[in-house]
Amino acid sequence: MAERDDNDRPSPEALLEQVNREHRGRLKIFLGAAPGVGKTYAMLRTAQYRRREGLDVVVGVVETHGRLETEAFVRGLETIPRQKVEYRGLHFEEMDIDSILRRRPRLVLVDELAHTNVPGSRHPKRHQDVTEILDAGIDVYSTLNIQHLESLNDVIARIAGIQVRETVPDSVLQKADEIEVIDLPPQELMQRLVEGKVYIPEQAKRAMANFFSPGNLTALRELALRYAAERVDEQMLNYMRAHAIPGPWPTRERIMVCIGANSFAMRLVRTAKRAAERRQAPWLVVYVETSHHQTLSDEERDQVSSALRLAEQLGAETAVLSGENVAQEILVCARQRNVSQIIVGKSHRSGWWRLFRESPTDALLSRGQTFDVLVITSDEQAGAAKPAGAAGVAKKAAAVRWKDYGFALAMGVGALGAAFFGDIVLRLSNLALIFMTAVLAAGVRGGLGPSLLVSLISFLAYTFFFKEPRYTLQITNSQDIFEFVTFLAAAVAVGQYTAAVRRQVQATKHSARRTANLYDFSRKIAGAAVLDDVLWAVVHHVASIIQGRALVLMRKDNGLEIVAGYPPEDQLDTVSAAAANWAWNHGKTAGKASGTLPGAEWLFLPLRTARGPVGVLGVAMAGPDKLLSSEQTRLLDALAGQAAVAIERTTLVSDIEQARLLTETERLRSALLSSISHDLRTPLVAITGSVTSLLSYWPTFAAETRDELLLTIQDEAERLNRFVQNLLDMTRLGSGALQPRLDWVDIQDIIGSALERLKKQILTRPLDIQIDAGLPLLHLDFALIEQVLINILDNACKYSPSGSRIIIRVRLENRRMLVSVTDQGPGIPEGERDRVFDMFYRVKTTGQQTTGTGLGLAICRGIVEAHGGTVAASTSELGHGTVITLSLAVSEAPPLPSHLDEPAGAGGDAASEAVGDAGLQSGVASVQSG
Amino acid sequence: MGRAPKKILVVDDEPQIRKFLRISLGAHNHVVFEAGTGRDAVALAAQEQPDLVVLDLSLPDMDGHEVISRLREHCASPIIVLTVRTGDVDKIEALDRGADDYVTKPFAIDELMLRIRTVLRHHSCAAEHPHRELRSGDLMIDLAARRVTLSGGEVMLSRREFDTLWLLVSHAGKVLTHAQILREIWGPAHIHETQYLRVHIGHLRKKLEDEPARPRFIITEPAVGYRFQPSEE
Repeated sequence: MAERDDNDRPSPEALLEQVNREHRGRLKIFLGAAPGVGKTYAMLRTAQYRRREGLDVVVGVVETHGRLETEAFVRGLETIPRQKVEYRGLHFEEMDIDSILRRRPRLVLVDELAHTNVPGSRHPKRHQDVTEILDAGIDVYSTLNIQHLESLNDVIARIAGIQVRETVPDSVLQKADEIEVIDLPPQELMQRLVEGKVYIPEQAKRAMANFFSPGNLTALRELALRYAAERVDEQMLNYMRAHAIPGPWPTRERIMVCIGANSFAMRLVRTAKRAAERRQAPWLVVYVETSHHQTLSDEERDQVSSALRLAEQLGAETAVLSGENVAQEILVCARQRNVSQIIVGKSHRSGWWRLFRESPTDALLSRGQTFDVLVITSDEQAGAAKPAGAAGVAKKAAAVRWKDYGFALAMGVGALGAAFFGDIVLRLSNLALIFMTAVLAAGVRGGLGPSLLVSLISFLAYTFFFKEPRYTLQITNSQDIFEFVTFLAAAVAVGQYTAAVRRQVQATKHSARRTANLYDFSRKIAGAAVLDDVLWAVVHHVASIIQGRALVLMRKDNGLEIVAGYPPEDQLDTVSAAAANWAWNHGKTAGKASGTLPGAEWLFLPLRTARGPVGVLGVAMAGPDKLLSSEQTRLLDALAGQAAVAIERTTLVSDIEQARLLTETERLRSALLSSISHDLRTPLVAITGSVTSLLSYWPTFAAETRDELLLTIQDEAERLNRFVQNLLDMTRLGSGALQPRLDWVDIQDIIGSALERLKKQILTRPLDIQIDAGLPLLHLDFALIEQVLINILDNACKYSPSGSRIIIRVRLENRRMLVSVTDQGPGIPEGERDRVFDMFYRVKTTGQQTTGTGLGLAICRGIVEAHGGTVAASTSELGHGTVITLSLAVSEAPPLPSHLDEPAGAGGDAASEAVGDAGLQSGVASVQSG
Repeated sequence: MGRAPKKILVVDDEPQIRKFLRISLGAHNHVVFEAGTGRDAVALAAQEQPDLVVLDLSLPDMDGHEVISRLREHCASPIIVLTVRTGDVDKIEALDRGADDYVTKPFAIDELMLRIRTVLRHHSCAAEHPHRELRSGDLMIDLAARRVTLSGGEVMLSRREFDTLWLLVSHAGKVLTHAQILREIWGPAHIHETQYLRVHIGHLRKKLEDEPARPRFIITEPAVGYRFQPSEE
C-alpha cells in the first residue's frame, strides 16, 4: 500500500466507503443481556446450519467454557489454531488473525467481541481484529453482551454497580449488518446460574454474584431489547425516508449538553448520546470557557478536551463558547441553534455557598423556561475523581501563596507595632482601625486566606493587648463580638474581590496573549506579498504554537499537494493523505483524534473563505499521544481563517484574471466564427461573381461594365486584405505577441503617414488639420499608432456622408497628448459609445449597410492601451458627428544634443539655431485642403 | 522614360505571383527570368546579370536576407524586396543588407512599376556622374553653394538640415533607414538616436512643405526611415 504511487492513492470517500463496500464482509452480532443467555450456543447453531448449506465456515475463537452442549456444536467446524502470545513471562492464546486471513473462509466465528487482547497483539481490542477480517471481505459472526456497549457504560455502572472495563464503541454495533437478540427471561437465567451452566471467571466471582440479581437482569434485558428495538426503528425510518414514504415524521429535536471541567462531563456526554439516539435528534455538546478556565489544572482542562472529543466520536457537534455568564451564553447558543432540550449536570456547590451565588444550573432552570432543561445528578463514583483534581489546584496555589501568607503575618505584626505606637505615644482611642488597615492590605495582596489570617491575628492581639481588661482574651461585651464580625466580613469581602480581580487579570493576560499571537500572525502574513511567503509564515507560526509540525496542502493539477511544511515535509502516508482530502472535500476537520480517520498521524483543518476552500492546514503534535487542547484548537481555527484569507488574497488576482479570460475567450470564439464566415466570404463572393461574369461574358459587356466589375474586384480584394490584416493584428494583440517597439516619434509625422496610406479614401474629403505649436516628441511605436489613426480615419470616412469634412486635432492637456478625429456623420448613440471598442461590435443603423468588420476600434483600443493610453468616443460640441479621441502619455523629453544643429554655412540663419530645444517650433498649422 | 527593355529577375516561391509579374512586366517590354528558390535566384543572377531583382523575402530554402547578401557578392543591380506589412524589422534589415527598396504585399502593380522605374533611374544616374546640383519640381539644391531655393525663394537651412536634405535628395525615390541617415549625418555613434532625426525632419518639413502633416517631398516610411519623393515630370 505504502509503495503505491500518488496517482492511485485511494480517495477519502473510497477509504470511508471501504467500510460500507459491497465486498466488505457482513457482520452479525448475537446480542445478549448478560453472560449465560446462550449467545455462543446460538451462534454455533446458526453456523452449523450455514455449514450444512455448503458455506465455508471456520472457528476463529469460541469459548465453550467446557459446556458440553456448546462443544457438541463446535464439532464438525474447522478451528483455526490460536496464536501464542507471551506477555510478562506468561503465555496467552489469542485469535490468529493472519492465519484466518490466509485461510480466507467465507464465515468466521469470533466469540466475545468486547475482549481485550493481550498487549503485543496486533490490535488492542478484538473488535478491531474483526474489522480487519471484515475489510478482507470475510463474514463474521460474533457475540456481545449489552453491558459492554460504550454509551451504556455508565448506566450499567449505576444499575449493576460494576464498572465494565471492556467496552465496544457504539459504531461497531451500528455497522453490524444484522443483530440477533438472544433473550432469556431473568428467572431462567437465574436457574441456569444455579445449575452452574453460566461460566464466570474466577477473579470476577464476587462481583458477578451481585450482578445476577433479578433487578439487574431485568434492567439489562430491557436495555438490550430496547437497543435492538431502536435499531429496527432506525432501519425502518431509513427505509421510509429512502423510499420517500410520507410522514408523519417526528419533529426535529435538537439536544444540547453543557459540560463542565470535571469527570462528570464524560457521563453527561454519554447520557446525551442515548437521549439523542432515542429521539433521532442531532445533538451538540458545549463548554463555556470563562476567565475561571485559566485557573484550572491541566487535568481538569484535559477532562474538558476528552469529553468534547468523546462527543465528537459519538457523533455530536461540539462548540466552545466564551463568556463570563455561563447560563447566558448557553441560552443564547441554544436559541441560535434551535435547541429543544438542554442537559446539564448538577453542580457540586454546597448549600450555603449557593445562597451567595447562583450556579449556572440554577440560572438555566430559572431563565431557560422555553427549553426543557434536564438536570443529571452526579454520584459518588463520578465525583471520586474530583478531589484529585482539586488537590492538584490547591497544591499549585499553595506554592505561590506562601509569600502572601508571610506578607499577611508581617502585616499583622506591623499592625501590632503601630497599635502600640498609637496607644502609648499618640494615645489614640480607636486602635481597631489600624488593624483593619492591615486586614485590607493583606486581602488586597493575598486574597481571602491571608486576610482571614490577619483578621484573626488582629482580633486576638487587639483583645489581648488593648482591650480592657488588658492581657486577657476575655470578651466582655457585644461590641467586641461586633468588631470581630466586622474584621471577618471585611477580610472575606476584600479577599473575594481580590481573588476575582486576579482571575480576571489572568484571563485578560491570557486573552491578550491570544490576541497578540493572532496579531503577530496577521502582521506576518500581511507583510508577505507572494503565496510562498504567506505559506511559509503560516506553517512556521502554526508549528511554533503547537510545538509540533505543520504543513499546508493546496489543490494542484493531480489533487492535493503539499505546498509548504515546517519542518519541510514532502510525503504523507496514505491515511493522512485521505484525511487531508476529506477535509478539503467536506470543509471539516479530519485526521488525528477527530471524527474522521482518527488513526491518521496528522490532523487537518480546512482553509476556507467565503468563496470556498483554498487549502488544508495539517498539524502534527510532537508526541504520538499528545492532543490539542481546546484552547489550541480555537487558536488554530482563528489562524486557519486568517491564513485562508491571506492565501486567497494572493491567489485571487490570478484567479480573477483567468476567469475573465475564459469567459472573454468563449464569447470571442463565437463572435469570431460569425465574423469570419460573413466578412471573409462576402468579398470572396463578390470577387468570384465578378470574375466569372467577366470570363463568360467578356465580349458582350460594354467597356464601362467591364471596368465596373474590375473595380469591384479590386475594392473587394482590398477589403479582404484589410480584414485579414485586422484579424492578424487582433490575434497578435490577444496573444500578447504584439510588443510595441518604442521610439521617439513626431505625431505630425504619424498623421502624415496615415493620411498617405489612406490617400484613396481621404482625397475626396475636405480635411481640417489643427496641430498645436511646440508639441513634444512621443515615445511609442510608430507603425502601431499609425495603424490606430488609419483605423479611426477609415471609420470616419466610412460612417459620414461622402464629401463631408473631417477634422484632425492635436493638443496638449495635462501632460497628455490628445489626438481627436471628428466626422460629420450620424454619431454613435450614447449607450454604445463604450461598446464600439469591443471586438466584433458594430453600431446598428437602420437602412445603412455596415461594412466594417467590428475589429478596427477594438484593435485601436488594444494598441493604445498597450501604450498606456486611452481611446474614447464622444460627440462633437455641435451635437452631431463622432469624435474619437486618443489620449497618449507624454514621456520625459528625449535626450537631445545641446547643439543639435548649427548654421548651414554662409547663408545660415541664426534663427534656425534656436531649435536646439525639444519642441517643434511650428505654429498652428491649419490647412484647408480638398 | 525608362522604356528601354530591362532584364528583371523575379524571385518568389508562389507560381501565381510569378505569373502575374511575368505578364505585367512583360507588358512593359521587360524580359523576365523566374526563380522559385533562393539557390536558383543566386545562380540565375550570376548567369544572367539582370538589371533588377524583385525578391520575395520568404523563400522555402533560404532566408531572404541571406539571398540579398549572396546577390550583393557579385551583382550590383538594384534589388526590390517584397514583404508583408508588419515585417518592419525585415524591411530595415533588407535595406541595411543592400536592398534598394521594398513593396508591401499585397500591392498594386502600378506601385511596383513606380518603384522599379525610380530605382532603375536612380541607379543609372548615380552610377554615371555624381551631382553638384539637384532639382525636383520647384525645389532646387546647389551643393557647392549649400543653397536651397523653393519656387525661387531661398530657404534657410542649418548645416545638418542641408546635409540631411542633400542625402535624401541624392537618393531620391529610395528609402533610407533611420540608421543610415543618422550614421551619415551624426556619425556611427548616434545611429539609435531616432529622436534627433524626428526633430530635424520636423524642422525641414516646416521650412519646405506647405502642409507639414501631409508632406510632398520628404515621405515617412513608417518605422523604417524616410524617402525623398521626386516630383514626377
